[in-house]
Amino acid sequence: MTELLVSAAILLPLGGSVILLFVGKRLPEPLAGVVATLTVGAAFVCAAIAGLDFFTGTGEAVRVDWFSWMPAFGVDASLGWDRLSALMTLVVTGVGALIHLYSIGYMKGDARYGLFFAYLNLFITSMLILVLADNFAVMFVGWELVGLCSYLLISFWFEKETAAAAGKKAFVVNRVGDVGFIVALMLVFSHFGTFDFATVFESAPDVLTTGVATAIGLLLLVGAAGKSAQLPLYVWLPDAMEGPTPVSALIHAATMVTAGVYMVARTAAIFGMAPIAAGTVAVVGAATALFAATVAMAQSDIKRVLAYSTISQLGYMFIGVGAAGYVAGVFHLMTHSFFKALLFLGAGSVIHGMHGEQDLSKMGGLRSRMPVTFATMAIAWLAISGIPPLAGFWSKDEILGTVFERGGLWTVLWGVGLVTALLTAFYMTRMMWLTFFGEPRWDEGVHPHESPAVMTVPLLALAGLSVVGGLVNTPFRTALEHFLDPVFEGVQLAHAPAGSVALTLAAASVVAALIGIGLSALRYRGRVPNETGFPWRVMGRGYYVDDVYGQVFSRTGKLAAAWLAFRFDARGIDGAVEGIGALTRRTGSWLRPIQTGFVRSSAAAVVVGAVALLAWFLSRGGL
Amino acid sequence: MTVTPGWYMALAAILFVIGLGGILLRRNALVMFMSVELMLNAVNLTFVAAGRELLTIDGQVSVFFVMVVAATEVVVGLAIIVAVFRRRKTASVDELAELRG
Repeated sequence: MTELLVSAAILLPLGGSVILLFVGKRLPEPLAGVVATLTVGAAFVCAAIAGLDFFTGTGEAVRVDWFSWMPAFGVDASLGWDRLSALMTLVVTGVGALIHLYSIGYMKGDARYGLFFAYLNLFITSMLILVLADNFAVMFVGWELVGLCSYLLISFWFEKETAAAAGKKAFVVNRVGDVGFIVALMLVFSHFGTFDFATVFESAPDVLTTGVATAIGLLLLVGAAGKSAQLPLYVWLPDAMEGPTPVSALIHAATMVTAGVYMVARTAAIFGMAPIAAGTVAVVGAATALFAATVAMAQSDIKRVLAYSTISQLGYMFIGVGAAGYVAGVFHLMTHSFFKALLFLGAGSVIHGMHGEQDLSKMGGLRSRMPVTFATMAIAWLAISGIPPLAGFWSKDEILGTVFERGGLWTVLWGVGLVTALLTAFYMTRMMWLTFFGEPRWDEGVHPHESPAVMTVPLLALAGLSVVGGLVNTPFRTALEHFLDPVFEGVQLAHAPAGSVALTLAAASVVAALIGIGLSALRYRGRVPNETGFPWRVMGRGYYVDDVYGQVFSRTGKLAAAWLAFRFDARGIDGAVEGIGALTRRTGSWLRPIQTGFVRSSAAAVVVGAVALLAWFLSRGGL
Repeated sequence: MTVTPGWYMALAAILFVIGLGGILLRRNALVMFMSVELMLNAVNLTFVAAGRELLTIDGQVSVFFVMVVAATEVVVGLAIIVAVFRRRKTASVDELAELRG
């Protein structure tokens, strides 16, 4: 029964995607979206029923065998249904279904309406394959499919040159990370002879030396950094804003970027053996969190603020899983998916109401025009800023607490996290203020209006989740930790502190959040300050990282390609081919006079040849 | 004086060279054709002579093949010569040199 439900959770969105790919064009407009939404919703229901046993505490992990995929390597196409994958499945399908529902309204009137939902469904399917995989090979399939779907959706409006370029960028940068992932998989297979998760993780302590475990961990980190947009491979994510807003929500909240965090949590057994690799994960996360938060402070595009905010929050998750606080990392993944999806869908609602305007400097005063959007986004704003008792506070606090409890150099990471929390509160307040408060700065002819119910209902649902989502794991009631305990059996876990230390830390992060909000509110209260000066411009351009990458990688790549195309190919390869042709022609024209066309001279040549052969044979004394 | 196989071989060689000379020296396609027949028959003579000397029937078998091939070749060759003559009003092979390079 469970096997059937788990398979259905993947096959339903897949079926929806296939149907929409073939007949999506012919379906009337809302129907395509309704079909897509229903398949994802049904997948959520399937997952919820299948996961019921886990919540009552009796459930056992189940392996769902589909078919023997690569018998030569003993690789099966099989799914693993345990508590972690169940949680991920519920988040992916739950948030995914709400985003689907929202898209019905947002994509209204688009020329490729059916195709959009076909891609969305495929995205959900890919992510489910990734989180439900029972071995590295199947996980890799999902991993690549997610990359493909992000490419298709980011460049969905491919008529726009920037959108096409953004899709290509996402694909290429992800490929860079994938190389690390593939090499890690090769190492795993060469040491274990199998891709099976259970076997690998159980026998890891016997098979792996610390050095190999570190190598695998670092390579996995490269893959995770690509997918989860960490330094130095984060550059694709801000550009991914070129896609339709629901796609941004889907990429940033429920799918894609969470893949890296999930993968690190899933391979906890390997990272547990490699403290250096795990430490690197945390350091990369901390650096990314701080870096992206400062960049987010100076963005003028509402979606780019949120994009850098996502990168920053993913950094938090990396700090968590890197510090062996896997539950804390997954917890933040979950709460973040609620409030970040809400923020993106809210931003989409604002953009929708402003007729496509994304520039913060042309908004302002939208509070009264879009009350539902404002109210729900305000909840998400407080949640991401870390104001109790909203979802973001609990998960962020647990990560910071876990890191602090590790002591030693980890305290530095805690400090970075705390500063990032302050900055997060600052830039989110800035975004909210510039959008909803102050004087209207709209362009002529823009009449902001509230979005239709099909868009506001998902906002309200996500707002509810953003409020209560954090209560699944509080210092008073560590339900999520108990829930996930069997998954991390045998793995050394780090925990958040308890008692007065916990209270002090929580107070510190709340104070940091309040300072951030206060500073920002003071700064943006009146007129919009001029932010074109020195630090703002540098941060606004993302510290020129994109420009440097453009010069270093894109330009050298283009130069190399030009050399290959116009020198090596045109001169070298074509030259060789044409040289052979010319040689043949020249030899031919040189030999032409031999062919006189006179029958008798040909006959004479035959005679001479025959006599010569005969003479030669005779000289050797016979044939 | 007995006629040894050597005599046959010598006669065949003489006939062969006569044919060869005809091919190399004459321009008329018909005459060249007859020269080819002469050469073929010279070879036939060596076949039967050698076959008799070696007491096998292979020589005679080969000759039959050669004769059949020669007959068919004559049919095709004469047809070509006639067709060429009709078109070009000449049978001189030196004037039929279009295949020069």
